[in-house]
Amino acid sequence: MSETVIIAETAGGVVAPSTAELVTAAVGMGTNPTVVVPCTDAGAANAAAFAGVARVIAAKSDVFAAYDAAAWAQAIDAVAPQGTVIALASARSKDMAARLAARRGLPVVQDVVAISGTQLTSPILSGKAMQTVEVEGTSVITIRANVFTAAESGGGPDVTVVDATGDVRTAVVEMMARASERLDVAEANIIVSGGRGMGDPSNFSHLETLADTIGAAVGASRAAVDTWDDIPHSMQVGQTGKTVNPNLYIAVGISGAIQHLAGMRSSKYIVAINKDADAPIFKHADYGIVASWEEALPVLTSTLSGMMS
Amino acid sequence: MPEIIVLVKQVPDTNARIAIAGDAVDMSGVKMVMSPYDEFALEAALRHKEASGGNVTAVTMGGAGADKVLKDAKAIGADHIVRLDHEGWLDSNALQAAIAAAVTELGAEFVYCGKSAADTGAGSTGPGVAERMGWASVSNAVGLEFGADVHAICPAEGGNARVQVPTPAVISCDKGDLKVRKPNVRGIMQAKKAAVDVRSVAVGASTVRVIGCSLPPAKPAGKSYEGGAAAADVARLLREEANVL
Repeated sequence: MSETVIIAETAGGVVAPSTAELVTAAVGMGTNPTVVVPCTDAGAANAAAFAGVARVIAAKSDVFAAYDAAAWAQAIDAVAPQGTVIALASARSKDMAARLAARRGLPVVQDVVAISGTQLTSPILSGKAMQTVEVEGTSVITIRANVFTAAESGGGPDVTVVDATGDVRTAVVEMMARASERLDVAEANIIVSGGRGMGDPSNFSHLETLADTIGAAVGASRAAVDTWDDIPHSMQVGQTGKTVNPNLYIAVGISGAIQHLAGMRSSKYIVAINKDADAPIFKHADYGIVASWEEALPVLTSTLSGMMS
Repeated sequence: MPEIIVLVKQVPDTNARIAIAGDAVDMSGVKMVMSPYDEFALEAALRHKEASGGNVTAVTMGGAGADKVLKDAKAIGADHIVRLDHEGWLDSNALQAAIAAAVTELGAEFVYCGKSAADTGAGSTGPGVAERMGWASVSNAVGLEFGADVHAICPAEGGNARVQVPTPAVISCDKGDLKVRKPNVRGIMQAKKAAVDVRSVAVGASTVRVIGCSLPPAKPAGKSYEGGAAAADVARLLREEANVL
């Protein structure tokens, strides 16, 4: 195995915890990886010194203040050593990985969930099947979050700082605040989702109460998004919405159409609340409750609220 | 007036049940459709043309069976339809090189595509083609505005950013506020008569090859409960058994 190079995942200028999962994947490939941290302030890179990491490079550049695909790929390419490149399969890093791979004339394999030697497995058809590929030589790969365990922090090497530049092509004209201040489903470890079984969009307030209790994001099925204008597409989980992979997914009043299952079936634990005992969602639930949401949700919320306080 | 290319791909209907035959997905009897995100890309390309003039060329890669996706694009309003004549697996490197060569040959200022294809879900083609062409790219656009400049609304940290897109650029489209138009009878009739411009492509070697497909591991049956009061038990199990809270 050639050298492996991890591109650290960052959020708000800080190394995201998911970076530690990439280290575990690289170490599992029999390598001690180099971690490249795209940053505007090199101090951020100290957090990337996970156990098993051979070296940390702070790729310091103003271009990393806001995402521009071309500039990020250019700056990272200039700093990152050659070898197999590993990044997180987040929307931004998949995009960057595709550009970096093209820049280096390498193939890119996205959304990897299992690694065995030079064989990489990724979900295809929105998780309805798994595909394994054999990679000859080096490549750029992205790895799904919540699949590999996190490497321990600390014990890693010192940080080398390298200045990087890139030609920014796009310009942010304005930032548009999210419609709500709520956590986005794509970023959440716990998601509470509602479907058309909620009866009325105003009833999503009950999901929000539960979500606030356990620090969850609120999602929705396509049926809910298409039926009610008040439920924005940004909340949609499913094949034409967001694919999510949280530790806990609570589906309320969602029947479990293939469309929806495709976006959430890889969640670690699934709770389903539905009054129809034959709803397909129950086949995928770790804990299924056959009851109306009016009956079950207040009990769930109050019990969890007692436990969390 | 910009020349606009939209990349479209034929994929299994997203409502289809998927079975495995040998070490590949069994495509027999599966209805093939335009990848849903490509529909948004086509809609965006048509709106771009309506705002700025120019031509929209829909491009796909595949065998003769892929002509249908081009006819569908034609029926909705694409001016030209082009098929890059290659069937079979290509890795991202070989695929993007072939598409970039075709875009150069056809000539364009803007390339639209879906944020990812519904079959692979990878989302590599748009940014990868842009990099090869030396173009800018924006991905996962949920809205577009065509004025003196093209503005794309794209997700960014902390919300959505309105981004000024330079020329030339590749724009990948998510489902957003664009409502996809339906073909009218005239469009369908024109599409029937339209000739597909079939072009041969040189494809390089792939260093990634598919060695197998499988169904995802079946989940063991979960615990099921009747009645809302059971939610209290489930709440406790989430902490004590599943350890997720």
